[in-house]
Amino acid sequence: MAIAEEPTGHVMGHAMKRKEDPRFITGQGRYLDDIVLPRMLYMAIVHSPYAHARIKSIDASAALQLPGVHLVLTGADLDQMGLGWMPTMAGDREMTLAVGKVLYQYQEVAVVLAESRALAEDAAQLVEVEYEPLPVIVDPFESMKPDAPVLREDREQKDNHVFHWEVGDRTATEQLLRSCDVVVRQKVRFQRIHPAPLEPCGCIADFNKATGRLTLYMTSQAPHAHRTVFSMVTGIPEQNIHIISPDVGGGFGNKVPIYPGYVAAIVASLKLGRPVKWVETRTENLTETAFARDYHMEAELGATKDGVVQALKVKTIADHGAFDAAADPSKFPAGLFSICTGSYDFPNAFAEVDAFYTNKTPGGIAYRCSFRVTEASYLIERTMDVLADELGMDPAELRLKNFVPPEKFPYHSALGWTYDSGRYAETLKKALERFDYTKRRQEQDERRRKGELVGIGLSTFTEVVGAGPSQTFDIMGIKMFDSAEIRVHPTGSAIVRAGTRHQGQGHETTWAQIVGEELGLDPQNILVEEGDTDTAPYGLGTYASRSTPTAGAAIAMAARRIREKAQKIAAYLLEVSEEDLEWRDQKFQVRGVPSKAVTMQEIAFAAYTNLPEGMEPGLEATYYYDPPNLTFPNGAYLCQVSIDKGTGEVKVEKFLAVDDCGNVINPMIVEGQIHGGLTEGFAIAFMQEIVYDEDGNHLATNFSDYLVPTAWEAPDWETDRTVTPSPHHPIGAKGVGESPNVGSPAAFVNAVIDALSPLGIRHIDMPLTREKIWRALREHGIEE
Amino acid sequence: MAVSSTQVSVHVKINGQEITKECEVRTLLAYFLREQLGLTGVHVGCDTTSCGACTVLLDGKTAIKSCTVFAPQVDGHELLTVEGLGEADHLHPIQQAFWDCHALQCGYCTPGMELAVLALLQRNPNPTDEEIRFGLSGNLCRCTGYKNIVKAVHQAAEIMNHPSTSQSVTL
Repeated sequence: MAIAEEPTGHVMGHAMKRKEDPRFITGQGRYLDDIVLPRMLYMAIVHSPYAHARIKSIDASAALQLPGVHLVLTGADLDQMGLGWMPTMAGDREMTLAVGKVLYQYQEVAVVLAESRALAEDAAQLVEVEYEPLPVIVDPFESMKPDAPVLREDREQKDNHVFHWEVGDRTATEQLLRSCDVVVRQKVRFQRIHPAPLEPCGCIADFNKATGRLTLYMTSQAPHAHRTVFSMVTGIPEQNIHIISPDVGGGFGNKVPIYPGYVAAIVASLKLGRPVKWVETRTENLTETAFARDYHMEAELGATKDGVVQALKVKTIADHGAFDAAADPSKFPAGLFSICTGSYDFPNAFAEVDAFYTNKTPGGIAYRCSFRVTEASYLIERTMDVLADELGMDPAELRLKNFVPPEKFPYHSALGWTYDSGRYAETLKKALERFDYTKRRQEQDERRRKGELVGIGLSTFTEVVGAGPSQTFDIMGIKMFDSAEIRVHPTGSAIVRAGTRHQGQGHETTWAQIVGEELGLDPQNILVEEGDTDTAPYGLGTYASRSTPTAGAAIAMAARRIREKAQKIAAYLLEVSEEDLEWRDQKFQVRGVPSKAVTMQEIAFAAYTNLPEGMEPGLEATYYYDPPNLTFPNGAYLCQVSIDKGTGEVKVEKFLAVDDCGNVINPMIVEGQIHGGLTEGFAIAFMQEIVYDEDGNHLATNFSDYLVPTAWEAPDWETDRTVTPSPHHPIGAKGVGESPNVGSPAAFVNAVIDALSPLGIRHIDMPLTREKIWRALREHGIEE
Repeated sequence: MAVSSTQVSVHVKINGQEITKECEVRTLLAYFLREQLGLTGVHVGCDTTSCGACTVLLDGKTAIKSCTVFAPQVDGHELLTVEGLGEADHLHPIQQAFWDCHALQCGYCTPGMELAVLALLQRNPNPTDEEIRFGLSGNLCRCTGYKNIVKAVHQAAEIMNHPSTSQSVTL
């Protein structure tokens, strides 16, 4: 019998190589499109060329005449089945396939089912749709006008307003702003962007008439929640829906919502009794699936003349596109935007968001972001720099003056959060020292005197991640906890299943490390499985940096349940009472007698072979963890740039990210997450934008127009950390995957604006393309 | 629009094996490899020659994007896909370096990236950081931020230039 080897020591905090990598580096990953089922059909989508138009007729006869084409479904077909519309996570509804009219370009109008991918695409082009174009609105400031055409004729409310949300004390904030020595006002746009994971979305819907079961292979970040929603929408009993989310090629929030393609594929499989595969093209991914951001924000920040912040007032106009398909917890239509007071001790604040419909793709997802936290963080970090400029104060000094001090934790913010922990000044001071901030400022002065445009930017953000607690956080009523199940096998190996679903975050390694640490087992012998709703315990999935705060905690707690039982078995094996035992050096040993000890391997074997009388056999546990609070990771990012006066090109000369995500499970993986998030933050600051023309034409339909960075554009990254554990998390960890994406855009933009500040420039909206900077330089008299 | 069903025979040597297959003239090489030969390590991420997830090696030296090549165009040629690069118990130094350096996260870009690295190192066995970044600029990665990929290329170059220092065997 092969007994699993004992671990050599502690495994938490170690840079263990990833257990999932051998299959990926050899091309043996199993992604959605790699799965082929017998008698499988392919689905292609017919898209609208118009941004707003009435559908006068759809003629599918030519498509259906092609040999090998089995079915064409339109919105009217689905409507007859009660599936023409589907609920969105935001409490709105959206068309599954266009019913009566289209509301954005590329909207799904019909689907075609055929024997091959190419045949389905051929047939889709033969579906004749007659449209009557309608007036198009692409700007929420036009959409809000009283005489604007009403886009959503299906609603009782006859205007384009989606919702108003506000938080904080408006009167007190406005009063305080009137009495402040200094008030700065800044309009800041966070442009519309798209996560664009390298693997597009897709599914295989396989309805088996004989068993009544629907097996749905799906690029899903939240398979359990999706199962429940599909059951509610289609009426298929939930036990008969089996979702398998195979290897997922990146998500970044793109694979959280339910898209029309999934529902159409399910309906087609139900009708035809055959498996149906649908895989997006890149164009479909960028044009049909949900966008992120698109916030028009305005901040008013008041302070004393020596730079102590007093009050913050934020007004935001949000563009939600044709349907409110934002992926936020149900009670938070503007997500966690109320984190907009950031790391600073504001006595008073007020924030409001008004959302409007436009003829653009629906969405409002959390792209590598804990629900609108990126918008909030960018706004406050940008505005703090505007205040520093107004006061003529160093932006680092201004931040140090206003940080929430360590003794105020747990800190109750003016907008209702209870920050768990943070040592903001320490994090920033570490960054300033390592960056050689003072010296670089001196060098900046010298280079400026020589005529160079050189800037240094800071961002000292606080994130809020790890939704629940379930009392406050739910998605369509489903409480936001997460779960884990651990089974320890007789030989001392184990399987761990969680309600999360990784897409590159490394759970197969880090979950094994948590169990290894808690139980004294070798992580190499711990198999981690996620993404199968028939086997994994119910959970809400992986997004918004919630996996470690929720499922990571559930894993530690399930392991501790196992350890409680193990202690009883250990007492029996050592013939002592439980109280005489202590868990030390990853063994149970008799207090004061280190030689008298049993390992978890020995206990595991006994759990199946040699139990105390009356004890239930086996060694496994399940834990549903409902977090008492969110976790609040923070960071201090420093960026130095120079700008080419001739071309407007920005060069990132140095970037340092000092993060504090509490206790670290695997530093290699945390660092990798930070590199990736910084690169996406860089992309957002300088490259990525989903643009529409005034007719509603989508102008970023592929990677030639929607620019994501290659190795050539991406800067080099330096990272470091401080460690302030979360006091309420079982292993003191916080989420981290999104911090670099949340915190870095402001650091880049602040650096560029700092470089341009001698010209009197105080703000330019992202993305800071060469053209935009070149124009700003020309407008300010730079001709070189 | 004409719907073509003209079949042609394509003869290629793939990962050392001679293969002859019938396919539609318009079949893209990426789908020929994935769907007709089951080589699903070839990934498709964009259809527009932008992302490089479908990169394979042509005639032992040229990295090509198989989503923008018709299968009949490689008739009579030789191809290497990730499946021919190395296996879990016999990793190529590039694969080993990607694992060692945490140069991948979701893994979707990895096979194409590894083949682009092989082509790069065959052209330039001792590339600088800048040469690596330029050499891989046809391959997108959305997860890693590239820093660890650059690190992995240096490690792979070192081992491929001094094969005796490693137990792994170069191709």
